Amino acid sequence: MNESLPSIFLGASLVNNFVLAYFLGICPFLGVSSKIATASRMGGAVTFVMLISSMSAFGIQKLLVAIGAPYLTLISFIAVIASAVQLVEMFVKKTSPALFRALGIFLPLITTNCAILALALFQTNKGYGFLQSIVYALGGGAGFTLALVLMAGLRERLELAEVPDLVRGTALALLVAGILSIAFMGFAGLGA
Amino acid sequence: MSARLPVAPGPSPTDEFLKGLWRENPVFVQVLGMCPVLAVSNTARNALAMGLATLFVLVASNATISMIRKLVPKPVRIATYILVIASFVTIVDYAIQAISLELHKALGAFISLIVVNCIILGRAEAFASKHGVVASVADGLGMGLGFALALSCLGAVREILGSGSLFGVALFGPGFQEWVVMILPSGGFFTLAGWLLVFAALKRRRAPRPNRGPVENAA
Repeated sequence: MNESLPSIFLGASLVNNFVLAYFLGICPFLGVSSKIATASRMGGAVTFVMLISSMSAFGIQKLLVAIGAPYLTLISFIAVIASAVQLVEMFVKKTSPALFRALGIFLPLITTNCAILALALFQTNKGYGFLQSIVYALGGGAGFTLALVLMAGLRERLELAEVPDLVRGTALALLVAGILSIAFMGFAGLGA
Repeated sequence: MSARLPVAPGPSPTDEFLKGLWRENPVFVQVLGMCPVLAVSNTARNALAMGLATLFVLVASNATISMIRKLVPKPVRIATYILVIASFVTIVDYAIQAISLELHKALGAFISLIVVNCIILGRAEAFASKHGVVASVADGLGMGLGFALALSCLGAVREILGSGSLFGVALFGPGFQEWVVMILPSGGFFTLAGWLLVFAALKRRRAPRPNRGPVENAA
């Protein structure tokens, strides 16, 4: 309830990393993590959507409780997220067509990135206040970006490595992710 | 699709059903819907429950979307599909809460997260929006069962190695040293990688050894 803001940030970004500890947002994690540059921008886009949807989710939740319709939570959250993604998509298309092409299908798919919906649901479950929600969203986004960039760095190296044909592709990416996840277990006990 | 072609007398509903189980298995072949697969597969029971919940949502949303496919304007179709799916997920969420509160706690937010499972939206877009109700239900059943099956495979391996039990029944004597890492997040990655390797090896043995065929497209 009244966790301090730094501990929320650390908790969301390192200890309970959305990708490596909660398995959220695995699809873009495996799909867009082949180049560091693309990965970091994808992380930025996701963080932005997280921030918007976290703030709107906070307001909507209060509203739904006030009118006594909590069963609409899920539907309204997903509608808000879809609109936020649409906004980001238009913005990216306008400002950086190159990035738009690089992200490709994964940009609209941010809507179905479970990390974002999960963030909105978790903050509701934990009963975070407005400021806490914002920090939680920032932490979650930072953690997602960190995992994505680390993975991209590893995969850039793996391109040059000689591995058996059979392992190449998804299986190899999963093995690497597993080892990365073990590394993140080292943060357990830090913060909340 | 703008030009609606008359549906050719193609594959029968049985074929649509069977392809999800093996040839186009959503988890092992298409590698879709990874988040719930990895997150709730630490025990066989959770995995099976999650698989069945997904199966229900998949069949129900496939049927509904196939029924309304001619009414939905193309630009808003994805939003419509998501809303249909979200309604069914809300139903499942409340149903599980009523049946077993303990299970609801174990699965946590992942029941709500069925909304954003790529398999469901994927089947809606790729199949139900173009086919009749019967074929769509068959497709949903096949894909859903394939998903549940894959999830149970993962859950079983992780529970046997990580806790020395299956569906909560202890398998080995008290001297069994548990592989704690298997029930932790990293175990999920390793188990899935292992299953993918098994399938790739099986496929390779079956295929008449293609002469250095193209490498599987990376993710």
